[in-house]
Amino acid sequence: MSGRPWKLWWTQILAILRLEVRKSFLGKRAIVIYLLAASQVILFGVHAVAVARGWDHCRGTEDFGVFAAEFQLYYLRLAVFFGCVAIFMNLFRGEVLEKTLHHYLLAPVRREVLVAGKFLSGLATAVLLFGAGAVLSFLIVASHVASLRHQEFLAAPLPGHLAAYLGVTVLACLGYGAVFLMMGLLFRNPIIPAVAVLIWESITVFLPPLLKQISVIYYLESLCPVRAPFSGSGGSALFAISGEPVSAWLAVPGLIALAAAVILLSALRIRKLEVNYGAE
Amino acid sequence: MSDDRILFEDVSKFYGEVLGVNRVDLSIPPGITTLVGPNGSGKTTLMNLMTGLVRPGRGRIRVLGIAPEEPERLFRLLGYCTQFDAFPRALTGHQFLYCYLRLHGLGHAETERLVWQALERVGMTEAAHRRVAAYSKGMRQRIKLAQAMCHQPQVLVLDEPLNGLDPMARAEAIALFRELAADGRYLIISSHILHEVDQISDQVIMLTSGYVVAEGQIQAVRSEMHQEYPMQVLVRCDHPGVLAARVFEQDHVVEVKMHADRKGLLVSTRDGERFYELLERLVLEGVINLESVAPADEDVHSVYEYLIGSEGGAS
Repeated sequence: MSGRPWKLWWTQILAILRLEVRKSFLGKRAIVIYLLAASQVILFGVHAVAVARGWDHCRGTEDFGVFAAEFQLYYLRLAVFFGCVAIFMNLFRGEVLEKTLHHYLLAPVRREVLVAGKFLSGLATAVLLFGAGAVLSFLIVASHVASLRHQEFLAAPLPGHLAAYLGVTVLACLGYGAVFLMMGLLFRNPIIPAVAVLIWESITVFLPPLLKQISVIYYLESLCPVRAPFSGSGGSALFAISGEPVSAWLAVPGLIALAAAVILLSALRIRKLEVNYGAE
Repeated sequence: MSDDRILFEDVSKFYGEVLGVNRVDLSIPPGITTLVGPNGSGKTTLMNLMTGLVRPGRGRIRVLGIAPEEPERLFRLLGYCTQFDAFPRALTGHQFLYCYLRLHGLGHAETERLVWQALERVGMTEAAHRRVAAYSKGMRQRIKLAQAMCHQPQVLVLDEPLNGLDPMARAEAIALFRELAADGRYLIISSHILHEVDQISDQVIMLTSGYVVAEGQIQAVRSEMHQEYPMQVLVRCDHPGVLAARVFEQDHVVEVKMHADRKGLLVSTRDGERFYELLERLVLEGVINLESVAPADEDVHSVYEYLIGSEGGAS
């Protein structure tokens, strides 16, 4: 096996994925994550039912604008963000609190492989849940527009938008996931740094363009297919992206590079990790 | 560097300002080696150092030539049953063993075979499909033992493995340890139950306050202490008075006590070898007839008392 480490590592990553899904993402504790992922579907589902019953009316393609705003202001900034906090911070921190991390550390697995396996299991879960949430909610909006405003529906580039929203969700899980995985390894109480990240991600709209670029949300919103209708008055205008959005050619590799760098740092950190539950 | 030993070379470990172990030099051969010492003496720290769960501040550790910083190699030949009594929730005993054993890169069939073999060895086949969370303390201890040994490691590190086991299970576990040691494996066991240590150990390592105070076979350790703590021998014979008179003539004998029934003596000597030679001579000359001879303080308990004292809290 020593001659073909990649094959062994891949087998071990799959074993970690299987174990993580079984012990962390199928239990009652995962309900919060499911609810966050389902929240947008529920929101647009309720709207679709209201339109169908005549309690509300369909605004045609305007509804896609509402979806864009909701996706950027709520889904990315809150649902996916806190979903990633719950999933990725607990990958290591949760095991330290439950005093079960040593089971992994006493297996013949390189610690870097353990980081990779845990990250991929978190990413798979997050992408599956939040990707499904994004796709389903978009399809709900599209379906009622299609049923009521057929011409407008046909005119919209829907498959491209759907793929873009899915892609942005995947990148959000990748970027936030890597950051929160590392925080779970670095901090005894990672909630405080998580709140700091949330605040930073929220206030970047008030910051100069250079500082704005040191945030995940800036790149994610740049990749969204529809600029949300922030121009109007109201609280949502506070979160408008000022300045030019970054091109996809820069944003996508940039987010992937950020995630890779943070995962690399986590791998370096875990090499020095000691199990000393008593001191926690 | 010897690849057939577990080596500690000048190893120290501090937790902040708290001493874990200090300047430890050990060379552990195959067989059952027991770590003995009071709470906080450094037994678990030594085990955690050996398995890479904590890193030494100084010094070097090798387990059969492998550094603890190489888990991918180390844990193919080492299994560790820790004192941590925590398990991932929602897993059954079988799932617990199966999932972690798959991390070795084994296929499904081979993993299943090893899991059931280990479950059988610790008598847990019937409870295999129950959740670990519903196990009793003794069952959890046994499932931990199964996990440590399911990949058939050459080195087994067992931290208080008999804790929580009922007398029958203890006897079975001890028999299992003996069987594994007889196969040429290395078993490092910590225990504070000294009569069990006596039963199972090929050699002992005594620790107190982070320092190794003695190591080796218990008789050898005891004989090194004869100057400070004279060896005590119980002798039952037909003429204890005559024997007492003869042993008092020896310069290595420091004390002789007559038994209450006046049929035996408790002799304290600084040179056991010469004392036994004297006994043999007296028997051959027909001066006395021996009923029995037995060392009175050549066990772990006595050595522990001499070196560490009763404040250690071992029983």
